[in-house]
Amino acid sequence: MSGKPKLHYFNGRGRMESIRWLLAAAGVEFEECFLETKDDLTKLQKDGSLLFQQVPMVEIDGMKMVQSRAIGNYIAAKYNLYGKDLKERALIDMYVEAVIDLNELLISHAFQPADKKEQHFATIVDKATNRYFPVYEKVLKDHGQDFLVGNQFSRADVQLLETLLMAEECKPDILAKFPLLQSFKARISNIPTIKKFLQPGSQRKPPLQEKDVPKVMKIFY
Amino acid sequence: MSGKPRLTYCNGRGRMEPVRWLLAAAGVEFEENFLETREQYEKLIKDGVLMFQQVPLVEIDGMKMVQTRAILSYIAGKYNLYGKDLKERALIDMYVEGITDLMQMILMFPFSPPEAKEKNLDSIKERATKRYFPVFEKVLKQHGQDFLVGNKFSWADVQLIEAILAVEENIPVVLLEFPQLQAFKTRMSNMPTIKKFLQPGSPRKPPPDERYVETVLKIFKK
Repeated sequence: MSGKPKLHYFNGRGRMESIRWLLAAAGVEFEECFLETKDDLTKLQKDGSLLFQQVPMVEIDGMKMVQSRAIGNYIAAKYNLYGKDLKERALIDMYVEAVIDLNELLISHAFQPADKKEQHFATIVDKATNRYFPVYEKVLKDHGQDFLVGNQFSRADVQLLETLLMAEECKPDILAKFPLLQSFKARISNIPTIKKFLQPGSQRKPPLQEKDVPKVMKIFY
Repeated sequence: MSGKPRLTYCNGRGRMEPVRWLLAAAGVEFEENFLETREQYEKLIKDGVLMFQQVPLVEIDGMKMVQTRAILSYIAGKYNLYGKDLKERALIDMYVEGITDLMQMILMFPFSPPEAKEKNLDSIKERATKRYFPVFEKVLKQHGQDFLVGNKFSWADVQLIEAILAVEENIPVVLLEFPQLQAFKTRMSNMPTIKKFLQPGSPRKPPPDERYVETVLKIFKK
């Protein structure tokens, strides 16, 4: 046993990607164990390793943690990415929860039936550019600082960058009307740990291809 | 302004009910501002009061908090219902998140089309009795303590008692094979703040009915 956190999930982004981002941003090396078939999932369930029979599961500090938010909270707190007090934490939580909502939309796009895809895409763009991005643009404008909360790098910055990049994959010019988000993106991408994670060969996963959707469905359904 | 937290939501359970439970369990009095019309909701958005144009909204300690989990985490942290260290917090988070997944099914249930209602109820029963309740039954059996985490009352206990009662309203015999949870339910229900919340006249909201569904659809449907 190496002492490094060990991530159990399929070899793709899904609900584990935010955790990979957070660990990478904190400079924490981790191992991954990929589920390839339904049997792999069943085995973990039978082992009693999955508290609610689900992945993500992360082995960390002697715990088998499940529930992506719980895992994210633990990592953020452990590596000082969660603000300095309750109020900063509250702000970080609000920002992160909204980003998670947008992420859910982005993640679910690959799984939409063909006849719903276009409508879903329109919803993503509408919500991103009218509901979510304006908030973060304004936050950055109002305080003029490099980071979202408390003038210090936090989980909120990591999760926002992740989502900005995913949104751009969906629609490359989606940040056109958000100059501060563009400079935020450049700035956070240049933080050494994140820069490393953004390079080829890192543990960052590519977007799910349509051809891989059936394989993922087979594992979980 | 009274200094009490102020909750803005529809006059019903929905996503605000866990917040009412947690504040009540912590012995914190609060005020409520009920959304009854679409115009009220649109005005809140226009006034810039809703960070992401959504409720729940809780005005607390000078903040206009949105996002249910953020609100609940803040309350839990403020009122010492979040464990004594990172590891207890991790356990509480895992338990709360699991229960929240179950509660999500209950939340959506009243909005099921009539032909899907029976199937959805079966799903709730299946998940409750095969995935979630066995976990907490085992946790309580293994440590033999009164509370889920760290031998101390926490957010996890509040969330679990809320979920047990909500599931029971739909499936009265659901705790049949869970003696530890039955005892837990009795124990929690008798804690003074919770006992008070369970009495008529408290801010606890009744089970969702057709009128509640109509109100929600009227206010929020695009």
